[in-house]
Amino acid sequence: MDLKLDHHSEDNLTIVDVEGEIDVYTAPRLRELLIDLVNKGNFHLLVNMEKVDFLDSTGLGVLVGGLKRVRAHDGSLELVCTQERILKIFRITGLTKVFGIYASVEEAKEAHGRDK
Amino acid sequence: MATVELTFTALPAHVRTARLVATAIARRTGVAEAILDEVRLAVGEACSRAVEAHRLHCPGEPVRIELRDDAGRFEVTVTDAAPGDDVMPQVLEANGSLMPEIDNLGIAVIAGLADDVEVLPGPKGMRIRMSWPASTNGLAAF
Repeated sequence: MDLKLDHHSEDNLTIVDVEGEIDVYTAPRLRELLIDLVNKGNFHLLVNMEKVDFLDSTGLGVLVGGLKRVRAHDGSLELVCTQERILKIFRITGLTKVFGIYASVEEAKEAHGRDK
Repeated sequence: MATVELTFTALPAHVRTARLVATAIARRTGVAEAILDEVRLAVGEACSRAVEAHRLHCPGEPVRIELRDDAGRFEVTVTDAAPGDDVMPQVLEANGSLMPEIDNLGIAVIAGLADDVEVLPGPKGMRIRMSWPASTNGLAAF
C-alpha cells in the first residue's frame, strides 16, 4: 500500500493523518509535509498513525526530524498510535520516551489543551 | 533445505517487494504468525540499508537476498556490494541529498527484532544474516 497523507487544523493543533506504509520509499513525502507545515507556522503537530500498516527506521527518523524542527519553535510533535506492531519499534529504539504517544486523537487534544 | 534467492535493483521502491517476498516465504516455512511482522520489519531494515549503500557506492549493482529454510530455522541473508562498513541507513530526498536527521537506527532495530543476527562487514560489502524459529514441518516440507 502506498502512503496517504492528509492534514487539518483544530485550534492551534495541526492533525496529520497518515495511512499506509512509511518506509525508505515513502518517508520523504512525510518529511516534506512536516517541513512544509513547520515552514507555514504550524508548530504543534499531532501525527495520527492509526492507519499506518508499516513503519521502519527511516520513518522514525522523519518523525524525529519533525520533532527537532517544531521544538526549535517551542512547539510539539505527538503521536496517536495503539497498534502493537508499530509501538514495538518505538519501544525497541527507546523513542517512547521522546514522543508523547496517545491512544486517540481526542485524548491527545485533551492533553494538548491542558498543556496550553 | 529450500532456498529462494532474490536480486533487485537498488531502488527504495523495491524494498517493499523484498519485504513481501520474505514474509510470504517465512509463512510458508512455518514461522509463527505472531513473529511475521518482526521478519517483515527486520528484512525491510536490512534491505533499506543495502539499497542506500548501493546508491552511494555502486548504484548499478543489484542487492541480493537469500531466504533459507534450514533445519527448523528460517534464515535470511541480505548482501550488499558496497565497499566500506560506514554506511548508515539513510533516506534520500527527491533532489538526491541525504536526509540529515536519520541516525543509524536500522541495525539496532534488526538486533531488537531478529532471534539471531550476524553482521559481517567486509571490503566488498556487508552481509546481514538473521534467523527465526520455524516449524520443522512448515508448508515448504509438503
